[in-house]
Amino acid sequence: MVERGEKELIIPFDIILLLFVLICAIAAITVRDLLSAVMILGAYSFFMCLIWAQMGAVDVAFTEASVSAGVGTILMVAAISKTTRRSKD
Amino acid sequence: MIQKSDDIIIKTLARILVPFIQIYALYVIMHGHYSPGGGFQGGVILAASIILLMITHGLKDTQKRMSEKTVAILSSSGVLIYAGIGVVCLILAGNYLDYSKLAKLLHVAPAHARSLGILGIEIGVGLAVMAVMFSVFFDISRGEVSQEDEDE
Repeated sequence: MVERGEKELIIPFDIILLLFVLICAIAAITVRDLLSAVMILGAYSFFMCLIWAQMGAVDVAFTEASVSAGVGTILMVAAISKTTRRSKD
Repeated sequence: MIQKSDDIIIKTLARILVPFIQIYALYVIMHGHYSPGGGFQGGVILAASIILLMITHGLKDTQKRMSEKTVAILSSSGVLIYAGIGVVCLILAGNYLDYSKLAKLLHVAPAHARSLGILGIEIGVGLAVMAVMFSVFFDISRGEVSQEDEDE
């Protein structure tokens, strides 16, 4: 797994990934278009998956990538196709 | 959304990709007990391959390969495999899901019997998860079709 001794290389990587997660989370709840929100949520799940893999939890990363970024996004897109694409609030 | 796609590139690419996704899903399921992955993740990837087929080739072509009846049979047989292995362990005078008791039935060492028992559980979980994940998507998209029929 990741060598925790090489902190000079890994810590900036962590901070960049966490920044991306934060940006994706804020964008997903502020954007008006629901289809865009679902796509940003998929990107959020994928960055979370990278963080899990970087921390050594490969099994959790696998579940996050397949369930949340894969099938979850598909199901939400299918739900949007049955309802409206614009958010009312 | 669930009509057959007119684009030949999309249809051909999906037809090429689907078998490879399914082989990968089977790999994840079969190696679940000693590497990352397992029944749940493999089942979800297997369902994703069928959902890809449904998005590109339409509802009717997918229904020919995977009808509602097949989905019901697969999901219930997955649960049956899981519970059946547990009950067989109970019958062989062990606890529920105590795989080492399967050694008498399979004629192998208890450690090997544990590995085989977990593999059987993974296969059952994979089947059930695949069928249920596909069934959820199937129901959402079929509801859309019936609504369109009412409008016409």
